[in-house]
Amino acid sequence: MTQLQARGVVKAYGPTPALRGVNLEVGEGEIVSVTGPSGCGKSTLLHCLAGILRPDAGQVTWRGQRIDGWSEAARSKLRRTEFGVLFQFGQLVAELTAAENVALPLLLAGTGRREARTAALAWLDRFGVVELADVRPGEMSGGQQQRCATARALVTEPQVLFADEPTGALDTLTGEQVLTQLVRLAREQHTTVVLVTHEPRIAAYADREVILRDGAVDHSGLGLDLPLAGGQR
Amino acid sequence: MARVSTSHVLLGLLAAGSRHGYELKRAHDERLPRARPLAFGQVYATLGRLRRDGLVAPAGQEREGGPDRTAYTLTGEGRAALDRWLAEVEPPMPYVSSTLFAKVVVALLVADVDRARDYLVAQRRAHADRLRELTAAKTAPAATVDDVVAADFAIAHLDADLRWLHTTLDRVADWHREVHP
Ligand SMILES: Nc1ncnc2c1ncn2[C@@H]1O[C@H](COP(=O)(O)OP(=O)(O)OP(=O)(O)O)[C@@H](O)[C@H]1O
Ligand SMILES: [Mg+2]
Repeated sequence: MTQLQARGVVKAYGPTPALRGVNLEVGEGEIVSVTGPSGCGKSTLLHCLAGILRPDAGQVTWRGQRIDGWSEAARSKLRRTEFGVLFQFGQLVAELTAAENVALPLLLAGTGRREARTAALAWLDRFGVVELADVRPGEMSGGQQQRCATARALVTEPQVLFADEPTGALDTLTGEQVLTQLVRLAREQHTTVVLVTHEPRIAAYADREVILRDGAVDHSGLGLDLPLAGGQR
Repeated sequence: MARVSTSHVLLGLLAAGSRHGYELKRAHDERLPRARPLAFGQVYATLGRLRRDGLVAPAGQEREGGPDRTAYTLTGEGRAALDRWLAEVEPPMPYVSSTLFAKVVVALLVADVDRARDYLVAQRRAHADRLRELTAAKTAPAATVDDVVAADFAIAHLDADLRWLHTTLDRVADWHREVHP
């Protein structure tokens, strides 16, 4: 069943076009990677799908409802409840400990302190960093921070996880461990994942790969201008 | 890619203790799960040669009934040969001898745009599909360390192929734009 859909999504930053009419459907529980060369619009698409950015034209539909026209408050609530977002650099709150960071989305959603802390510790444990519960991000390695950020993105048990180069800053083995755990948990919980990456090796964790080129889905499957003899393009 | 030296792999497996031919075959296929499986005939032929050269010897009493009843053990000379092999540095790709490399270069030279495009699209897809299969195999909860190590090797090489394919196409596109603005 289609859970999330983009239809003709267009977005420009001033004079710079970023998306030129993207069509995409993501099924419930599906893990989809979005790949393509730098600047092709991957992050912009992710932001539009997650309701962080509003498209200039086109529609974004979530469970049959158009969310692109929703107010910032409504979209922000959607992001706190149904969606989880994870970026390349975890973006943990520097003043808070790991457990406080992970508990934060639950507290914002109205969960009680004690319950939020228990859930946070359980999620930190799933990512193998529960011993860092009372440590602040400044005293953690990049890999440890990213494990905490992943726990934070999943603690609300979102319907969809949007991840933008989540392992881009990690070494191969650490990145792989984080991703393996993320994908395992997503499958267990039937969480839909939209995974933005420019690396084929990372895209291979998904069930399906969507390739963007110059702001649109590239159905040729190459994601490139094909530079062949005769000047034909 | 250079052929794997079956004799040295068998010597390595015998370093853990004496084994029968069929046990060696099983150990080989387990420890190198994505390598081409060894044929029994190949195992016995290799053991025969190693024995002739004094690198392995029958363990204990030799029984009636041919090579399949015999357990072999590593000799001192065999151990030395194994150590020499392990100490020898492999030449890092003296030649680029991959069919993929040759085919992509030829496809880019050939003036038939559609055919070349079809080939590149199909090749990229086949690589990506295989990458996904291997990734699923190694992230399966039941995967053993041997499975993961073997899948990692294949993944790293496919990933390198794909990166090279993309970089090459980008590079040729840039070059083409300069030549035919
Ligand atoms: N905040 C911004 N202001 C102006 N232009 C932007 C902004 N963000 C992105 N762009 C432009 O929009 C286009 C798409 O950018 P986007 O970040 O979506 O690409 P990307 O595929 O995520 O690239 P990368 O792989 O490098 O992260 C690019 O041309 C980029 O320069
Ligand atoms: Mg980006």
